[in-house]
This record gives sequence, C-alpha cells and structure tokens, in this order.
Amino acid sequence: MSRPVLISLLTVLGLAGFVLSLLIGPARIGPVDSIEALVAGGNEAAMIIMREIRLPRALLGVLIGFSLGVAGAALQGLLRNPLAEPGIIGISASASLGAVLLFYTGLAGASFLALPAGALIGAAICVLVLLAISAMQASTITLILAGIALGSLAGALTSLVLNLSPNPYASYEIIFWLLGSLKDRTMDHVWLVIPLMIAGWAALWASSRTLDALSLGEEGASGLGANIPRARVLVVCGVALCVGAATAVSGAIGFVGLIVPHLVRPLTNRLPGQLLLPAGLAGAALLTLADIVARTVIPERELNVGVVTALIGAPFFLWLVIRSRKELF
Amino acid sequence: MQLTAGNISVSLAGRQVLHGVDIVLEPGQVTGLLGPNGAGKSTLMRALAGQVAHQGRIEIDGQPIIAMNEADRAKMITWLPQARVLSWPISVRAVVELGRLPWHGWRRALSQVDREKCAAAMELLDVTGLADRPATDLSGGEQARVLMARAVAQDTPVLLADEPASGLDPAHQISMMAALRQLAGQGRTVLVSLHDLSLAARWCDRLVLMKHGLIAADGPPDEVMTNTTLRDVYGISARIGHDACGLWLAPLGLTGGESDNE
Repeated sequence: MSRPVLISLLTVLGLAGFVLSLLIGPARIGPVDSIEALVAGGNEAAMIIMREIRLPRALLGVLIGFSLGVAGAALQGLLRNPLAEPGIIGISASASLGAVLLFYTGLAGASFLALPAGALIGAAICVLVLLAISAMQASTITLILAGIALGSLAGALTSLVLNLSPNPYASYEIIFWLLGSLKDRTMDHVWLVIPLMIAGWAALWASSRTLDALSLGEEGASGLGANIPRARVLVVCGVALCVGAATAVSGAIGFVGLIVPHLVRPLTNRLPGQLLLPAGLAGAALLTLADIVARTVIPERELNVGVVTALIGAPFFLWLVIRSRKELF
Repeated sequence: MQLTAGNISVSLAGRQVLHGVDIVLEPGQVTGLLGPNGAGKSTLMRALAGQVAHQGRIEIDGQPIIAMNEADRAKMITWLPQARVLSWPISVRAVVELGRLPWHGWRRALSQVDREKCAAAMELLDVTGLADRPATDLSGGEQARVLMARAVAQDTPVLLADEPASGLDPAHQISMMAALRQLAGQGRTVLVSLHDLSLAARWCDRLVLMKHGLIAADGPPDEVMTNTTLRDVYGISARIGHDACGLWLAPLGLTGGESDNE
C-alpha cells in the first residue's frame, strides 16, 4: 500500500473513531441532535453532555492514542527491538507513582491540576535520571536496563504506597486510577496535555531520520551522519512528554504503544522513522474505539479503557507472535 | 580526495589499540588493509571515518574531519562497518536508498538523481534482481552485497569498507573487488580491509599491513607480499608468483616462528 493511501485510510479511521466516540454514550441523543448541540448549542442538557462530557473524552482518546502509538513506534525504532513499548523505559510507571503519591497524601483533591502535575513530575524525574545515566554511559542497552530498573522501582514504590494506604477506600481509588480511564475528564485536561504532546510529537518526529538509519545498527547509522546520542535524548524526552502527559490525565493505558506499531508496520516499508505517523493515527483510532467498547459493552457498569486495551491487546499480541514470527519485525 | 592521517592513536577501554599510525590514501586507488585479527585494522578504519575518539589529525584534502559535523562528514566519507546489521525486514531497495540519507533535505523525498544512483549501485553489486525482497531473508553473502550497494549509493569521495568480501562466494568476491576498482577508477579514495591475501594481492593497487596497532609494511602488492613480511606479520609462509594477470599468492603453512595472532 502506498504511503499517501495508508495515511489517508488511517486518518479516516481515526476520524471515524473520534466521531463515533462523540455520538455514542448512555444519554440517548440522535446523531443530528448531537452534532447540533455540539456546534450550535440549542438544547441545554444535550449541549452540556456533548461539550463537557463527550467532546473532551473523544479528544483525549485521539490525543492519547496518537501519542501512545507514536511513542511505541519511536521506542521500537530507537531500541531496534519489536518488543519495546513506552513502559520499558519506566516513564509510565514513574508517572503513575507520582500520581499515586498525590492520592496518598490527599493532595489529589486540591485541584484538578494536582494529579496530572504529580504524574508529570514523576515522569520528569524518571527522564532526568535516564538522561544522566545515558550521559555517563552512552549506550542504548544501558538506557533499556536503566529504564527497566527505574520502572520496577516505581512499581515497587507504588505497591508500597498501596500497602501503607490509610483506608480501603484510598487503595480502591488508587487501583481504579491505575487501571486507566478517559471518564469524566474535562476540556481543562485537554488543554493541559495538548502543548506537552505536541512538543513530544515534534521531538519524536525530529528523530525520524536517525530512526530510519538505525535499521543498519548504531555503527551503520552513525556512518550515515546520524547523531545517535542526540536521537536518544530526543526519543527519551519525546516519549516522556507523550506518555507522561497521557498517564497524567488518563492513568496507565497499556498495550496501545506495543501493539499499534505491529499492526501498521506490515503496511509500510518498515522503516521505523516512516512508521511514526501511521502508528500515531492507528493509535488514535484504536484507543477511541476501545473507549467506546469500554463504555458500551456492559450497560450500567462502565469498564476502564486500560482494562479493555489489555484484554484486546494481549491475546492479539499472542496471535501475532504465533501467526508469524517474521511479521513481528 | 586525499585522506591524510598523521600519528593516530586510539585507546579502547584503557588499552591502546593504535600507536601513532601514519597513512595517506590517494584518490583513484584501492588500498588494501591487511593484518592478523586484533592488529587494529577496524579501529584504524573507524578512526578514519570519524567514528571513534582518537589522537592525531585526520584530514580530507587538508580539511580536518574533526571540524565537520556528522552530516557533512557523511557526504565526504562512506563507512561500511564489518558487522552486517539489518534490524527490520526492509526491502533491498529501501536499504540501498538509506545510502542517500545524508543527501536528503528536510522533505525526505528521493530525487530522480537519488533513484538513479541507487539503481546504479544495485546494478554494480548485482542485487537488482533482489530489489523487492526483504534484506533480512537473504543469505549472508547477498546481504554483504546489499550493504555494499548501500555504501556505493552514498556516493562520497572516500569509501572505507571493513571486510566487505568476507563470506562471499569466489565469483562475488571477485566482482566485489572489481566494483571497488571501478569506484576508484572514477576518482574515489578506497580503503578496504581484507583477510584473503590472494584477493588483496590481485585486486589492490597498494597494500598496508598492520601488526600490533602499527603499520608493518606499506607499498605496491609485489613489494609488500614477500615471505619475509608474511612471516613477520602473520607467521605464515606462502608461495608467491607473477603471471600475465599480476601477482598471485597461496598460503602454505605456519612458519612456527613468532606467533603474531594475539
């Protein structure tokens, strides 16, 4: 499939996910009324539902899905490993820890900004440590191992917080948040993540040539004029901005960053840099659709979208592995 | 362009690998770099390619490579590492097109010139018929030719190739060397490391033999390929002769003297 055709198809798919996400929900509002309420106002109840509940949710689905897809594709390219996903360098675990600490201290209720800020601080600390380590010891393997260690540490500290949690309700709240959800988010959340994510996308896009060159290994890429230490910093910061911002408003949503690059790679020329945009678009489509499933599959009892992505993602990944080892790359 | 290196020293992990090497590579020549394992051939090539921290000066036509940024250097020097890494099942054509990466502008689009250079490089290395196959599916020897085609597509005045002929069948070894000669014939400066002495003797304009991080011999093949030098550098004896096509050489056995392999 040629690249323009693929990009157009995936854009249509992403837009379809966005529109469906706007149109589907527990309140029964017809498609025409929905759009009218969204654009023109009119019926006050419908307008509030559309503008304050569904629009932020659909936008966040698109933004977070795109970010997770791009981040996964970029990390797989940088680490030259099809099993890499944003979680591997510890960003999502650190962001979760930051948020969980705010739950624990009770600061989370202070402002809608408190929780995202905690998550972003967690992600930022993780990135600073990673960058300091990769400045001391310039190697991609060191980066992976340090990321795994930091992720495990953040996971252990999160468990510790749960362990010490003052009452069952607080633990429940934390666990629920960790499952990942797009429910009850506001346009404030959207405005918060947009600048961070755009900066993250830009950093990842700026590394795309080096990611292509890295198909020939680090030595081969460096002979092609690629600056690998610079690409490492760009990708780590880009992934941190994307995943940190995503985790800050939605909690941890797994598997999108791992699965999406595998889904679209066979449709591209397989160069990692050229996979970024298709993976982002496919991520947006996948997450908005998964979110629709999460809120419709069991009426009365909404699922967390992180649970849905994992439930769809893990078996699908297994099927990919079994079907053809080759297609994984 | 002339590549001049003076007094190059390199230490890797605290161990000195090159001890003040001087070498001048002339345009229009294929220079063969020989020496036992661990003699420092790859390290010297990496230093010349600007890929490893070194002491001493390396210049292209009087311009120090240390002053160039990575992108400009990649338009002057092509570096083909010994390790043949292909991380994703990219088509042969796409691999070769990666060679044009240093020449791309922001838009990343391949120009007509880019496509022609890639097609010519694939033709030269006899991989045109493989163009649409995933490079990871190919045999080791085919991958070697694809990666050399990628290097040729980079189209720089200087080409440094680390053991490009190893693992190739005899016919493709010969055509690989012929390709290098053709590139040199177009005025490029070519340095190639080799383990096959007879291939080196026959196809290189000049041979540089290394031992223990120093240059042990440097000159035209018939001056360098003597039993004295081969004994000193490799610890082997060989039958060496001339015929109408040039120098030939057949290693016979170990001399049993000083062991030079580390």
